Amino acid sequence: MESSPIQYEELEILLNDLFNLYGYDFTEYSKASMQRRVQRLFLVDKFPSFAEFRHRLQHDPQYFRRFVEEITVNVTEMLRDPSFYRTLRTSILPILATYPFIRIWHAGCSTGEEVYSVAILLKEAGLLHKSLLYGTDINPLVIEKARKGIFPISQMQKYSENYILSGGLKDFSSYYAANYHLAKFDSSLMEKMIFSTHNLVSDFSFNEFQLILCRNVLIYFERDLQSKVFKLFDYSLENFGYLALGSKESLRFSPIADRYRQVGKEKIWRKVHEAV
Amino acid sequence: MKPFKLIVVGGSAGSLQVILNFLAAIPSGFPLPILIVLHRNGLFESSLHELFSSRTTVPVKEVEEKEMAAPGTVYICPADYHVLLEKDHTFSLDYSERVNYSRPSIDVTFRSAADSFGDGLISLLLSGGNADGVEGLEYIKAKGGVVVVQDPVTADVPFMPQQAVLKGNVDYIVPAVEIPAFILGLSGFPRP
Repeated sequence: MESSPIQYEELEILLNDLFNLYGYDFTEYSKASMQRRVQRLFLVDKFPSFAEFRHRLQHDPQYFRRFVEEITVNVTEMLRDPSFYRTLRTSILPILATYPFIRIWHAGCSTGEEVYSVAILLKEAGLLHKSLLYGTDINPLVIEKARKGIFPISQMQKYSENYILSGGLKDFSSYYAANYHLAKFDSSLMEKMIFSTHNLVSDFSFNEFQLILCRNVLIYFERDLQSKVFKLFDYSLENFGYLALGSKESLRFSPIADRYRQVGKEKIWRKVHEAV
Repeated sequence: MKPFKLIVVGGSAGSLQVILNFLAAIPSGFPLPILIVLHRNGLFESSLHELFSSRTTVPVKEVEEKEMAAPGTVYICPADYHVLLEKDHTFSLDYSERVNYSRPSIDVTFRSAADSFGDGLISLLLSGGNADGVEGLEYIKAKGGVVVVQDPVTADVPFMPQQAVLKGNVDYIVPAVEIPAFILGLSGFPRP
């Protein structure tokens, strides 16, 4: 049994290197998860020593790109937690419908399954034509995939079940064209999407939104970084806008908590006061 | 006596009754946090917390991210998340790929607990039908933690503890009925 190939101290050295050389700051990511991902990459790419791993990362920008792709978690699915989407349908979209124009930000959208999910809900509510969905992620590779709207057909049965549980009444397969092992989603959904790289750690606010979704991203950040990102979201959210988090994430311990009210029992909060 | 800091328990098919018996034996004032990684395959998603609470006098709660592991508290891994342990003894949640077809995965938690707790860790692997947790036990052993495995002969589904025994690196092989008293004794707490 190999002992830990990357020690905590080595991880810190590595993360400092990456910040100094490439401007990517992973130093406030949760260490346990980061160490696990970095160890995995180290083993998969068969480095003989930490020194060689470090040297490669310092001198090969292409390999750094691979590092970013591999250490960020890109697991996502369509309509995950159907009850969350049911609440979006029944409680949130009817209020967004009153706006002349709806701007939504999916922060850390990975390969985009969640953006397509919300687009389907907007279409069914008759709101897609006046909506714009921004999908951002730190990892350029997943953003390219998200733009294509092509997902494995093997997932469609699960997604179809999620869709029905979320209150969907149509035939889920009407939203995609099946081709061998792939499902390509309808281009009418994609017309209202804008995908771009964005680093929550270092990039600024780029618009004002009525709804921001950031689900299962903050769990990878340490508390201080979570607070910074909450402030970024707060700054990017219109008054009375909504912030949606993952099923195990909470606004409770954040510096903005006192100006937000939770909607029902889902992890959705509404901004009720502007910052003073 | 070494000051242990955490007990981590991994179980899959057939382990529920053993866990419930262990929980029933934990006296109030018990000094260590206990983290339970249980495969549940969609079963008891919501009722596990209630079930556990009904069998013990110590507090039972689902792990919350960034929460500090508190003494005398039983923590359950939330469905569909891996649980990791940080150096400062807080929990982190992780929604990355399944490991051994499992999320939560016992191996993921065992490895992470070993990295953060070293020889302050007591680990226990129970009945189950796959080998999740076996690698993690080896890792715990390499980091100086104590490895206890349910005697496969007494397991409803012996494969998981059997694999651990075959790999070696196990400190104690304990029959199901003796597990509660054995773990409490190992923790340095008076036997009930």
